Amino acid sequence: QLSLFRLTMKRLFSTSYSSVDSKEMKKFQLLAHKWWDEEGEYSALHSMNDIRVPFIRDTLLNMSSNYHLGNPLSGVKILDVGCGGGLLSEPLGRLGASVTGIDPLEDNIRTADQHKSFDPVLAKRIQYRSSSLEEIVEECMETFDVIVASEVVEHVADLETFIKCCSQVLKPEGSLFITTINKTQLSYVLGIVVAEKILGIVPEGTHEWEKFVPPEELQGLLESNGFSVKTVNGMLYNCLSGSWSWMESTSVNYAMHAVKSGAQGQSSSTDALSEMASEQSSATAGTAM
Amino acid sequence: YDVVVSGGGMVGSAMAAALGHDIHFHDKKIALLEAGPRKEYDPVPDSYSNRVSSISPGSATLLSSFGAWDHVCSLRLKPFRRMQVWDACSEAMIVFEKDDLDDMGYIVENDVIMSALTKQLDAVADRVEVFYGSRAVGYTWPLPSHSCDTSPWVQIELADGRRLQTKLLIGADGHNSVVRKEAEIKNIEHWYDQSAVVATLHLSEATDNNVAWQRFLPTGPIALLPLSDTASSLVWSTSHEHASELLAMDEESFVDSINSAFWSNVNHSDFIDTAGAMFRSAISLLKPSGTAVRQLPPSIAKVDPESRAMFPLGMGHATEYVQHRVALIGDAAHRVHPLAGQGVNLGFGDIACLAHHLSAAAFNGSDLGSLKHLLKFETERQRHNVSLIAATDVLKRLYSTSLAPLVLLRTWGLQATNALPPVKVRI
Repeated sequence: QLSLFRLTMKRLFSTSYSSVDSKEMKKFQLLAHKWWDEEGEYSALHSMNDIRVPFIRDTLLNMSSNYHLGNPLSGVKILDVGCGGGLLSEPLGRLGASVTGIDPLEDNIRTADQHKSFDPVLAKRIQYRSSSLEEIVEECMETFDVIVASEVVEHVADLETFIKCCSQVLKPEGSLFITTINKTQLSYVLGIVVAEKILGIVPEGTHEWEKFVPPEELQGLLESNGFSVKTVNGMLYNCLSGSWSWMESTSVNYAMHAVKSGAQGQSSSTDALSEMASEQSSATAGTAM
Repeated sequence: YDVVVSGGGMVGSAMAAALGHDIHFHDKKIALLEAGPRKEYDPVPDSYSNRVSSISPGSATLLSSFGAWDHVCSLRLKPFRRMQVWDACSEAMIVFEKDDLDDMGYIVENDVIMSALTKQLDAVADRVEVFYGSRAVGYTWPLPSHSCDTSPWVQIELADGRRLQTKLLIGADGHNSVVRKEAEIKNIEHWYDQSAVVATLHLSEATDNNVAWQRFLPTGPIALLPLSDTASSLVWSTSHEHASELLAMDEESFVDSINSAFWSNVNHSDFIDTAGAMFRSAISLLKPSGTAVRQLPPSIAKVDPESRAMFPLGMGHATEYVQHRVALIGDAAHRVHPLAGQGVNLGFGDIACLAHHLSAAAFNGSDLGSLKHLLKFETERQRHNVSLIAATDVLKRLYSTSLAPLVLLRTWGLQATNALPPVKVRI
């Protein structure tokens, strides 16, 4: 039975080895040391914390009934996919969550590890691993309460595989938070021409318009893979003040919150398969952890 | 430590207490460094301390937000309902009074406030660690760019050799702030040619002592602040020489000087009196209720022995209130002349603003020492403080002279302001 399980897993992934794009990795390699300079290349990501952290925090608080305002995310296990230098992992850790940050680039993980090492509280709450999402799926089936993939899906090679893996490591009724860029004319003008070439808010070549994901497509992929999309919000970056705010329209940046369905008996075959797989692997997961 | 507050005076202790009682700081570690010993009043001594402060309702709200105001009320305080401010060189006067008979402010001894704060710090001893009798001798600042192996936090070395490190250092160490000097923040300062004489006075007869009195003499303002129905506190700002004389003279002469300072009209000139009277009749034509009768403050019978003291006065303002991982509050950031009774209230205002921003930052999981929210605090407070500090300084200079044109100007100005409710409310 175990070998059957392994075979089915292999077949699921035989189409593409991983969702990591090696070209993308090279782009980030050069800037691995610049993560924590608040005024540097990543300043827009630093200021994005001002809206994405409250978004995650408040959504999770609204869904749960017992929490302590002094430690709002205590007991919540979060996976930060594509954590980079840990810009988002650290605030989530400070709010009490146990965070696992993964990033395929070793230099990023090294920077993240070094930065968290100065704070004894964070050093215990956050664990970083240099790995792709697929590599941890086997040992982390249904481990996490929350997955955060912020500014990541516009860099992955195969979005559907990525989402399937998210579903596998997420507990039923767990939350998935994605922030990314829409594929519109406006996002080309603002996100690439202005942001990269004119104002230099984002290092040049970081984004490719072809890989931007429209919210309708993302929503469709999520819902056909066992997720139910709860919230979609547009985001806007004000380059004069260097701050982010929420916006009605999702034509440039947007954030999405989806919940993995916990109900049994979905008719899609992938779900039945993952159902079986999760039953088998929760036993192994128990011993592996 | 997440936050270290350097300086355990009224402002420093209140800052530590405010953060310690904040729900978003539930898991954080705060340290308070104070060079002096622990101060607590239990029970309140019979005699009044000669250092008192005028606490505004806003400051009272801050203190009650973490439970300290209740302690103050149970110890000792005196609310006042009215404030009369008048000139020695003319009949001009302005009276402040709240329409709804609410308290305008409270006169509280500084020791009482400290005692209340100490109690509230004890209540959160699991979060706030107070280091009495300790002084910082060295600070190591973090380098701005985050690529290095050295700790990105502030390192503090204490006199006894212990070392602390913190994400945010709050300097509340007074107008000679060491934190400000070590952080190389420039300070605009100016010593006035004045010292303040303080004393505890006993009134000739018991009265409903709920008015604060201040008269502008050419040498400086003299103020009488109510402590109880039979006692008031004196704050007399005057030249250094006169201040030393006042301290040296015997108690009877001292009391006589005070009474004549409030009562005598020796500085009036006929010209000014007539001009003032004319202006007043003009106002009463336009606005019948715009003039009020000048009342006389209570007369003083004796002064508490040992309660006379003096200290020099100056003005100061730091050019920056914040830097990466550093913030200044209270007198470390700004120092004013006591004529407006605002010194400690500005400090409490700083605390309310900084605590609000730090609380929000903590709830967002931000790094507490990050300039982003520290700059918001600086902007808000500088906007508020600069105008008040400048106005206080201008008033001090305006009232330091007996030259006729300036006296006339301020006479008419004061009378006009007294007649205009909107302006008075703003003040």
